[in-house]
Amino acid sequence: MSTRLATGGRLTDRSKPMSFRFNGQNLRGVQGDTLASALLASGQLLMGRSFKYHRPRGPVASGAEEPNALVNLGQGARFEPNQRATTTELFDGLTATSQNHWPSLNFDVGAVNTHLSRFLPAGFYYKMFIHPRPLWKHFYEPIIRRSAGLGAAPDAETVDADTYEHFYAFTDVLILGGGVAGLQAALGAAGSGAQVLLLEQSADWGGRTPVDGGEIDGKPVQDWINDAVQALGNMDNVTLRNRTMGAGVYDHGYALGYERLNDHAPEAAGPRHRLWRIRARQIVTATGAIERPLSFAGNDVPGVLLASAVRDYVVNYGVSIGDRTVVVTNNDDAYRTAICLQEHGLDVPVILDARPQGGGALMQQAEALGIRVLRGKAIASVQGSRKVTGVTICAQAGEGAVLETIACDAVAMSGGWSPVVHLWSHCGGKLVWDEQQAFFRPDLGKAPTGHDGTPFVIPAGAANGYIHLRDTLTDATTAGVSAATAAGFKPKSTAVPQAPEQPEAPMMAVWLMPQGANVALRAKAWLDFQNDVKVSDIQLAAQEGYESVEHAKRYTTLGMATDQGKLSNINGLATLSRALGADIPSVGTTTFRPPYTPISMGAIAGQARGEIFQPVRETPLHQWHQSHAAHWEPVGQWRRPYCFPQGGETVEQAVQREVIATRASLGLLDASTLGKIVVKGPDAGRFLDMLYTNMMSTLPVGKCRYGLMCSENGFLMDDGVVARISDDTWLCHTTTGGAERIHGHMEEWLQTEWWDWKVYTANVTEQYAQIAVVGPNARKLLEKLGGMDVSKDALPFMQWSDGTLAGIPARIFRISFSGELSYEVAVPASQGLALWEMLHAAGAEWNATAYGTEALHILRAEKGFIMIGDETDGTVIPQDLGLGWAISKKKADYIGKRAQARSHMTDPTRWQLVGLETADGSVLPDGALAAAPGKNANGQRNTQGRVTSTYHSPTLGRGIAMGLVLNGPERMGETLEFSKLDGTTVPTKIVNAVFFDPEGEKQNV
Amino acid sequence: MSEPVSALSNASFDGLVHVQEAGLHGMIALRGDLDSEALQSAVTNSAGVGVPAPRTVVFDGARGAAWMSPDELLVFCPYPEAGATLAQLTDALGGAHALAVDVSDARAVFEVRGPRMREVIAKLAPVDMSAAAFQPGTIRRTRFAQVAAAVWLVDDAEARIVCFRSVAPYMFALLCTAAAPGGEVGMF
Repeated sequence: MSTRLATGGRLTDRSKPMSFRFNGQNLRGVQGDTLASALLASGQLLMGRSFKYHRPRGPVASGAEEPNALVNLGQGARFEPNQRATTTELFDGLTATSQNHWPSLNFDVGAVNTHLSRFLPAGFYYKMFIHPRPLWKHFYEPIIRRSAGLGAAPDAETVDADTYEHFYAFTDVLILGGGVAGLQAALGAAGSGAQVLLLEQSADWGGRTPVDGGEIDGKPVQDWINDAVQALGNMDNVTLRNRTMGAGVYDHGYALGYERLNDHAPEAAGPRHRLWRIRARQIVTATGAIERPLSFAGNDVPGVLLASAVRDYVVNYGVSIGDRTVVVTNNDDAYRTAICLQEHGLDVPVILDARPQGGGALMQQAEALGIRVLRGKAIASVQGSRKVTGVTICAQAGEGAVLETIACDAVAMSGGWSPVVHLWSHCGGKLVWDEQQAFFRPDLGKAPTGHDGTPFVIPAGAANGYIHLRDTLTDATTAGVSAATAAGFKPKSTAVPQAPEQPEAPMMAVWLMPQGANVALRAKAWLDFQNDVKVSDIQLAAQEGYESVEHAKRYTTLGMATDQGKLSNINGLATLSRALGADIPSVGTTTFRPPYTPISMGAIAGQARGEIFQPVRETPLHQWHQSHAAHWEPVGQWRRPYCFPQGGETVEQAVQREVIATRASLGLLDASTLGKIVVKGPDAGRFLDMLYTNMMSTLPVGKCRYGLMCSENGFLMDDGVVARISDDTWLCHTTTGGAERIHGHMEEWLQTEWWDWKVYTANVTEQYAQIAVVGPNARKLLEKLGGMDVSKDALPFMQWSDGTLAGIPARIFRISFSGELSYEVAVPASQGLALWEMLHAAGAEWNATAYGTEALHILRAEKGFIMIGDETDGTVIPQDLGLGWAISKKKADYIGKRAQARSHMTDPTRWQLVGLETADGSVLPDGALAAAPGKNANGQRNTQGRVTSTYHSPTLGRGIAMGLVLNGPERMGETLEFSKLDGTTVPTKIVNAVFFDPEGEKQNV
Repeated sequence: MSEPVSALSNASFDGLVHVQEAGLHGMIALRGDLDSEALQSAVTNSAGVGVPAPRTVVFDGARGAAWMSPDELLVFCPYPEAGATLAQLTDALGGAHALAVDVSDARAVFEVRGPRMREVIAKLAPVDMSAAAFQPGTIRRTRFAQVAAAVWLVDDAEARIVCFRSVAPYMFALLCTAAAPGGEVGMF
């Protein structure tokens, strides 16, 4: 049973006990524990269940690579599933539950799957659920969905209690990893004066070197680490961040750091996570190495751990996994675990060294301590199901005939080490296979390259394949100096710290234990602990033709769990290569993708939540609208009032009232969002003649003209009123959504095609509050405010005039989008609200009524005015809309002219705009289609028209609509059948699109 | 006559830094050939400062100019003088091909003040805010989270940010969020 030892624990402080809860049980740990070490100290080896077979699982590792010990962490607004117990720092009051079992961790009904494993081989889902086809949707999929996922999904309605943020950092040298390699690389780089940013994922510096022990420059490694951290901390050009993981390396020296500020102190103020968005000239990956498991039967039984992890728990936390630990290895490093256990008074009954010759100096040391070492031997199988009770021993060279059985309660395994090449590989760094050490290491000749084709990532230490401390320090020094040099600095000469030689015997690649293991053993030899992928699954995939490592991965789900195969990838691809009879480098690795370990969604979102999830653009009148019960409509990023319901009105009632009040007397509209672009220069007229389909250069100063803008494909993309301000200046109004787009469109043509034309543009949309004063009493209201002559003669229709209205500098446009007598008054935004309030106060005698966008739509539809986005959808040309009058016949060219001459554009059968009136006065559904006889090639009914705008007109007391209809204008009076939502149709007459005041008498007063 | 009001009426917040909507400022967007004598003398006469070098601002009291792009400046003056300054500028430009428009009301200006000014901004804008890279007198046109903005330093403890008026509430909320106590970074 795992327990806390009497003494020890490098990272813990036993004088500071902490209490926490696991599966409802109160447990105790100490400060410095991880959740995993505290659980182990409490005798809780069993921490979860595997995904597919619900096998009982304890931790196999002690760090970021852990596949098994995943928990539901926290509660309520701080609940998060799939948190690794091995990297979760313990805090007082922590609450966790185990995952993927029912009804309990100890008794899980789903564990029946493990007995069915023979029937759940690789590709089971693909093979099983494909037939019969109809069962998939209603039977298989719901069942599979129910079994999917490990942790519980957070409650959909609960809002995360924490905050998150981003931080943009720039540095000359970014070093990822704060082990001895990272620290030494930082020292090597910092001496040059370069800015150095050093990130370490855990709370502590030095990596695993303090556990492995040894000396650097004649002092204990921990002292050297402390000195290095202090020296770096004293340098102004160095920034150290612990609890910050290098999550990803991207193009051009961009990297992500994931800082966990409050995970260990959830009630502290400030953001929980901070996403560092870093630009670095050079990146050093000092990410260390991860130990590999060995593939033997029962290697997933709780109590079988990596040898390094067993050592970590003892040295770092003073926690033992068991009293009797069998060590099984193919290399010398695992002997350190045996020696460490022995020194801590724990029993190591045997070391099984798969190498026929055994190890070197460390083996001799172990033997000198009286530990029994068996050379060329292996584990045939592990005994026990929920925990290890013993191992059977066989020859590594054989097929698994049992030579001996040894009782034990823990197994420490080591299959060798793999450099953490993830961050090197994220942005394209290639790997080479190191035959001698049996691992992939960075191919230094094929580094990720930046914008200038030179490398920007340098691996250091164990991450570069230099596993031994002495070599690590040498390599890290070089890496730091090289990084500073590549970043444009002149490094001072940096002494390489010296560590004693540690001669070790060569390791021996062991991909299966024993090498000739029979099928029964192979089917219990786990590769991927979280997703339950075994040696036999990979072999089956190979047998079924999955030769590509990427295909085999997806077919078997190897490495696709939340740990992304940190322990399983190399063993898996080695197994695949053996099954295919190919060598390992030719099979290759799967793709390493960021992030290195999962990062929180909150960190990705950063501050973008709640009121700042997205920018909301507000007009100068926004607060007035808000306080007058505006029913909002999003228009691009703007919020515009859809209508202003009053005193219990429904939205529909408010819209009808606003239309009636405007037609009858006086309406006021906030039109500030309409785009306003100033175009000025000697070539401005010529430029606008190209942009608009009609002539703008001939527009006299003081006058306005409605214009259409088309894309180069001829399609109508924007419209609006253009005013000639002076000889060389025009003011172009665009749609609300079109302001930025049309400004960009103008600049694109000016900068790329007509760069020699003398034209400048400026988007002045937000300079003005623009208010439409609309209705029979509009003129009376403006006259009452005073200051400008707005009479019929002084300011005729389609003219503008500058002046001072009620003491506010104003430009008044006599334009109408409603068919009423109408003025649009533009004033500086900072005085918009003042004018708006004056208009309401002075207009009270005419029942001045604020109206919103829906009333605006009805008013324009009653007059047959088109709306960009309703009558147009990117496939409509002005000629379809009866707007031929706005297309200049005189101009040699305009954008879209050539396209509009193409045969499809001049096809007389293009649907044309007409008005539509239902026989029963009802409102047609938006987008409704007019049925035509016969069916098309897909068996659908033919159509001959569709509705583009449809409203109830309070003015006419009936439904009105506009639509595009085949030969529409020639079919006035004809009745078509338009579809309704209930499947029936409604007889609808084709009429003139101008429903109201066709002579325009109301606006010409 | 009415009193002009800025987007947020000088709203302020104190956290890691002092955040303040800085009220109305006279601002004139000027596009033209920045190398031309006509434009340079027009700027000197109306703004009281020379044409700033790329990515810099020059100020003399409330008057000044900011480099916005290879053919654009933003000229500053007291808000009530914007009309007169624009007229003066337009006059001085004479027949030269240029565009000067009043954008005083189209923008909002924010002040961010305090020792942690640099790191609060670095949470929102992809700009190297280190003292070595970003000194008083330099300006960046950039973005703050999801909106366009320009930022420059008045001195080592105060930055000015200009954005569109319509997103002033968003900008204010952003700055307040980034300046929330507990969010110290300690980078600069």
